[in-house]
Amino acid sequence: MPETAQPKAVILDSHEVRRAMTRIAHEIIERNKGAEGLALIGVHTRGIPLAARLAAKLSELEGVDVPTGSLDITLYRDDLSEVARQPIIRETEVPFDLAQRRVILVDDVLFTGRTVRAALDALIDIGRPTGIQLAVLVDRGHRELPIRADYVGKNLPTAQDEVVKVKLQETDGTDSVELWDRPALDREVGMDRESRAEGAGEGA
Amino acid sequence: MTAAGIGGRPRHLLDFQDWAPERLSALLDGADTMLNVLSRPVKKVPALQGLTVCTAFFENSTRTKVSFELAARRMSADVVSFAAGASSVSKGESLRDTVETLTAYQMDAYIVRHSASGAAHLVARYSGKPVINAGDGRRAHPTQALLDAYTIRQEYGDLKGKKVAIIGDVLHSRVARSNAELLPKLGAEVTLCGPATLLPLELGQMPGVTLITDPREAVRGAHAVMALRLQQERMQGGYLASMQDYVNTYQVNEALLAEAEDGAIVLHPGPMNRDLEISGDVADGERSRILKQVSNGQAVRMSVLYHLLVGRD
Repeated sequence: MPETAQPKAVILDSHEVRRAMTRIAHEIIERNKGAEGLALIGVHTRGIPLAARLAAKLSELEGVDVPTGSLDITLYRDDLSEVARQPIIRETEVPFDLAQRRVILVDDVLFTGRTVRAALDALIDIGRPTGIQLAVLVDRGHRELPIRADYVGKNLPTAQDEVVKVKLQETDGTDSVELWDRPALDREVGMDRESRAEGAGEGA
Repeated sequence: MTAAGIGGRPRHLLDFQDWAPERLSALLDGADTMLNVLSRPVKKVPALQGLTVCTAFFENSTRTKVSFELAARRMSADVVSFAAGASSVSKGESLRDTVETLTAYQMDAYIVRHSASGAAHLVARYSGKPVINAGDGRRAHPTQALLDAYTIRQEYGDLKGKKVAIIGDVLHSRVARSNAELLPKLGAEVTLCGPATLLPLELGQMPGVTLITDPREAVRGAHAVMALRLQQERMQGGYLASMQDYVNTYQVNEALLAEAEDGAIVLHPGPMNRDLEISGDVADGERSRILKQVSNGQAVRMSVLYHLLVGRD
């Protein structure tokens, strides 16, 4: 009988995830001198609930309803000509005008920076915001592009072959950030590398 | 190797034989995203950058060609048009030779229209690259059927249990054949209707397909009614007694549509003969989704290109 695989470390538990998001909300307000004129856009998959949480916090703290949207960056990926498995295209919904707004792009994990690069291109094709800022729950390093986050829930130094797994109530039934050894996670989820990068909240 | 690759993703879109219902639904879901792309200020995504798509049209069709070319360009593919009239096909080069010549240019996909049934299959055999059938003889026109399905789905949310009546020259229509193949796979019921001379019996053998000569009976309870283009030259073929006879019985007009479901929509694959197979007021009226079909067609073809060209699985 194979034993159930365990994460190497639990980096954030549900309380810590909540506190990190609250802190980010405060930083957003501070930096933008309130929440007027902002918009929150979550990157599929786990950026979307995180954006919704930030919107709820901003409404609670500032009494401002910040419009939220979702962004699927599949059609903007720079590796589409190389991927083995065809990525499923999901919905992009930005039901408001980006012009005259500062957009806060929200994702769970910042890793290589390639997802953010794609998201920036996608956003600019949708409209012309007055500015774009980036908020992430975890920055795990290993950037391949000159991109940095404006708001970071947790800076987490990692080895290249480790996996940062973000779980959220809305998508996974619980809130946590875990650090895994790649082989251990492979056993647990039973997926190959590439498909996991698609679906397990690993970020890129 | 069969046409279906690992994971059941077919390599070509020649007809729907290799396409499982889930794959077809995924294709239509993809078109939702593409329609969203088409609504943006920048109606273009970089997904197919670096790929070259060849449209090889051995039969005239301005509309379908424009739709495919735009779809490919909006996905950032380069497009090369191979027009048969201007090429050596008119000098007697065989289709196989033509395709082998084109492959030397390292195209990444072919979009083929030809007056001979099976031409796209032949190209698929020799090209070594994905082929999209843009109409082969009387056999199939799968992207037209997909855009019809998409337009109906857009209206009703789902095709399950929806009744679709297709009226007119079924015999010569690849659009009718492809719809008869596709719509039942997605859970809809298809009724093919026309004069007996234009209603091939073998189509009645297809699952989910009924043949009816009485148009009133055919549209009864229909959620969507499709009028097929009636080619004037059919008169000479002895298929029809008189054009007026046909119009009186089979024209899709308000009187006929009174038998359909309330809110039933009207489709036409274009180009229309106004006041022949469809009345002008219906074509321009509230039920008509004919212009929507055109914009949906572009989105559906973008989704088809994505599904055939991205990923090695």
